[in-house]
Amino acid sequence: MAEQETDKGRRCMLVAASTVAGGIAVGVTAVPFVASMLPSERAKAAGAPVEADIGKLAPGERMTVEWRGKPVWIVRRTPEMLDSIKQSVDKVADPDSNKAMQPRYAANEFRSIKPEYLVLVGICTHLGCSPVDRFAAQAEAFAADWKGGFYCPCHGSLFDLAGRVFKNRPAPDNLIVPPHTFLSDTKILIGVDQGAEGAKGAA
Amino acid sequence: MTMAATKKEPVVIEGAGALNTPLSGLLTWVDQRFPLMSLWKDHLAEYYAPKNFNFWYYFGLLAMLILVLQIVTGIFLVMHYKPSAAEAFASVEYIMRDVPGGWLIRYMHSTGASAFFVVIYLHMFRGLMYGSYRAPRELVWIFGMIIYLCLMAEAFFGYLLPWGQMSYWGAQVIINLFDALPIIGPDLSTWIRGDFVVGDATLNRFFAFHVIAIPLALLALVGAHIMALHEVGSNNPDGVEIKENKNAAGKPVDGIPFHPYYTVKDSLGVVVFAFLFCMVMFFAPEMGGYFLEYNNFIPADPLKTPPHIAPVWYFTPYYSILRAVTEDFMFWLALGVAAYATLIVFTSRGCLSKILAVLIAPVVIFLMKGVGFGMTFTLFRGTFLEITLPLEAKVWGVILMGLATLIFFLLPWLDKSPVKSIRYKGVLSRWALTIFVAVFLILGYYGTQPVTDLGTLISQIGTLLYFAFFLLMPWYTQMEQTRPVPSRVTM
Repeated sequence: MAEQETDKGRRCMLVAASTVAGGIAVGVTAVPFVASMLPSERAKAAGAPVEADIGKLAPGERMTVEWRGKPVWIVRRTPEMLDSIKQSVDKVADPDSNKAMQPRYAANEFRSIKPEYLVLVGICTHLGCSPVDRFAAQAEAFAADWKGGFYCPCHGSLFDLAGRVFKNRPAPDNLIVPPHTFLSDTKILIGVDQGAEGAKGAA
Repeated sequence: MTMAATKKEPVVIEGAGALNTPLSGLLTWVDQRFPLMSLWKDHLAEYYAPKNFNFWYYFGLLAMLILVLQIVTGIFLVMHYKPSAAEAFASVEYIMRDVPGGWLIRYMHSTGASAFFVVIYLHMFRGLMYGSYRAPRELVWIFGMIIYLCLMAEAFFGYLLPWGQMSYWGAQVIINLFDALPIIGPDLSTWIRGDFVVGDATLNRFFAFHVIAIPLALLALVGAHIMALHEVGSNNPDGVEIKENKNAAGKPVDGIPFHPYYTVKDSLGVVVFAFLFCMVMFFAPEMGGYFLEYNNFIPADPLKTPPHIAPVWYFTPYYSILRAVTEDFMFWLALGVAAYATLIVFTSRGCLSKILAVLIAPVVIFLMKGVGFGMTFTLFRGTFLEITLPLEAKVWGVILMGLATLIFFLLPWLDKSPVKSIRYKGVLSRWALTIFVAVFLILGYYGTQPVTDLGTLISQIGTLLYFAFFLLMPWYTQMEQTRPVPSRVTM
């Protein structure tokens, strides 16, 4: 036995083959562990549409409803507020809402179905903070000629009263307009597109 | 018939009085079955450390002490804490109010977290001063840097657990950083959260990482850090290799056994540290909102971000770098990249680095949005690989923040000085290190403050200086006049 020479080529081939096979086995074994960290079926199912009653919302005020765990704002805009949106056209990064941050029916001047009612996901497109209201047109620490809008306290992004992001701010995109539909003059359904089948059924 | 144990010399103990014989017998029995005495000798009794250690050499041992403190206090906190979104906040308040001594254990743990970073930053500063990352200690440095990254992960995971407003929104912001990465970003951040928003699933997995995964990794890495250190031997304030000067017995003439010399010295350090630690823990555990932020005493509310959010102090330098990258800054960043490439092309000795500079710099600048090329491409539109180029300022903020932590890994190869210690380096290195420390502190300060134009400008200048410290190191460490290094350590 001792005199028998080691077949190095054969040994090398066996080591390589078992390394590859073992590596594949480890990789495949990792799949269920990685997959277990994806959203569960329960989390996926928790995205039902939410109905909001805007009957008591006064002009110039904002209300918040929770949809898919996120804040959704409904702002009832005054004529002055709508006017400020026209004035901010050259200060915002995407004035014509070219990027798909809203359903097609909200890709307009005021980013809404009815100009009076703005519906937005209240999550900054930068890193996910919830911006705060700065509706009054007055000098602010972050902008001397402030016409009203939203201010993100985390990283200083500014949005006008249509949720359009100001140029040269950390946030890259306008605030998201969620799919929504008017069930009546005082009821909005969040999470269902205007004119979609679900909207009729819910109405 | 039993197998014979390993043949080794009997262990002899002196000074244990009447216990000498039974104790020696027991140790001999163990030593013949386990490498007890060789471990003891290799790492303590006959580990020769330079005899000129100064104040800055306390912090490695203190970091280990805090690691033990965090593990012990953590075990007792887990006995009462409930990792669920519905119960977490209340269970922490329960620990603070109703569990006997719970407040003390929790304050020990929260003060320990900040103290950990205090000593780690001082420990790293020591390495920067005395060139402890230089050959042959590159792996000591790399293991140390991985420990630092794990520590940041550990602190981040742990900060979500009290489920306060800062916990929630801090996690929201940091997880959304991954969202900015091209192609895989959105799926990756959903995978990290385990939900479409930070929620119960996120809290539960962060708990698992905080109490099991990362502590295990930390313990293994600390072991590797010390094994690598004891293989090559400790550096010292003079940067002199004590192993190059040995006596007839083969022991370094400038070395002293770690035990008892440094165990005794470190005991003093531990006492002083414990004194300071207790002062903070008993009299200022919140440290004016820096160790425990005020907003974290409000339960997490997914619908409302606190008016001002900031990470805990030890993350703020990097947070400032993240916030510094605005669209305006992209031009200066591109200019910096172009200037650096030019510097390499005109002054580097290597041909490869010149070629790489010429090839890489235009690509990097092209990938910066708003710098001048003015073109936008969308590749693989409609597939999961869809990516829009150039990349926006937000993505670059995340990239720069990541690089700011990772660039420390390159130090052993960036420092080309003929000497190790700042004591013998020239005036450029001294100024560079001074400016770097000042910039780190200033970035840290502005990271705790709300956004202002001035703060952003200072953070932007700070960001450029931060990277200049590292990237220009191969030049300034070679240009300057160094002083002669003594052959023996100085006291």
